[in-house]
Amino acid sequence: MINKVLILLSVIGLVVIFLPFIVNFEAREELSPLARSYVEGSVQDLNSPNVVTSVVVTYRGLDTIGEVTVLFLATLGVGFLLQNKKQKSAKRSVSENIKTTSSFLVSLIMVLGVYIFTHGHLSPGGGFQGGVVIASGFLLLILSDLDFKISHIILSLVESISGIAYVVIGLVGLILTIGFLNPSLLPLGKYGELFSAGAIPLIYSFIGLKVGSELTNIINTMGSER
Amino acid sequence: MIETLIIGFVLLVIGLFAMLTQKNIIKIILGFSIADTGVHIIIISLGYLKGRTAPIIDSAVSIANSVREVIDPIPSALVLTAIVIGLATTALMLVFAAEIYKKKGSFSIDDYKELKW
Repeated sequence: MINKVLILLSVIGLVVIFLPFIVNFEAREELSPLARSYVEGSVQDLNSPNVVTSVVVTYRGLDTIGEVTVLFLATLGVGFLLQNKKQKSAKRSVSENIKTTSSFLVSLIMVLGVYIFTHGHLSPGGGFQGGVVIASGFLLLILSDLDFKISHIILSLVESISGIAYVVIGLVGLILTIGFLNPSLLPLGKYGELFSAGAIPLIYSFIGLKVGSELTNIINTMGSER
Repeated sequence: MIETLIIGFVLLVIGLFAMLTQKNIIKIILGFSIADTGVHIIIISLGYLKGRTAPIIDSAVSIANSVREVIDPIPSALVLTAIVIGLATTALMLVFAAEIYKKKGSFSIDDYKELKW
């Protein structure tokens, strides 16, 4: 009983502390100076229409490396805790309709995922979203075909190669003394085309492959634990 | 935008309340997910500017006047990665819950006194 009262009091206390923040909230009319420089710099310096992508890949690129590392650690934890223990369980065969439809849909989902992460600098989307779409394609495969196995070796190869390539691109920028993860080590190209914005599509493709293989790994490990 | 800010804050409080009061580990994880979503909505609504469009400078936005036509890109960029990280950490928590269940066959935190003092 005393527990519940304390919990209620602490939640009410939190609401009271943060209420002025909401009551006195005033919507801004103008961009902050930092956001303004990002919006202008994305067009002028990086040739990338999607400002969010420029912020994620270039201006806040170091944070993105950190976030990819957090994702890697979470995957590592899932794989470590759920080591594959072979358990034979009774399996029901999947109906022919689901098998046929999913094998048709999976190719479309994969193409959509690759499209999303290669066009991250032009349209809404990017490596993280494309990677999640690819992982959802693998989820469909695992759900529809009970005997479907993804090779752990291939998954970890894709994951580590794309992770290494991401860091190497950043280091090449350091060697060329233009800055860590500066995408202008490749030609900037014409505004609004696929092969433009320097190394941004390349970096985002590697992030997409890395996120996709990591999430597929999580799904695969959890799926084999029936 | 004040409406979405309130919605996000309400979700955050509901999630925290669920995390503190529930005894079932799965429900605690659900509470975490709700609070996570609330935080995402709060961050996104801080970056919204009335009457403006998404920060993608294509034919819908004039390049010269882009600073006056797009919303703040920084909160969107932060939330974009936070959603994927939230997915991975939720998966990790669920795996912890599954491992704990294997030990004693119970999801109730009352059955696990080892860390209590």
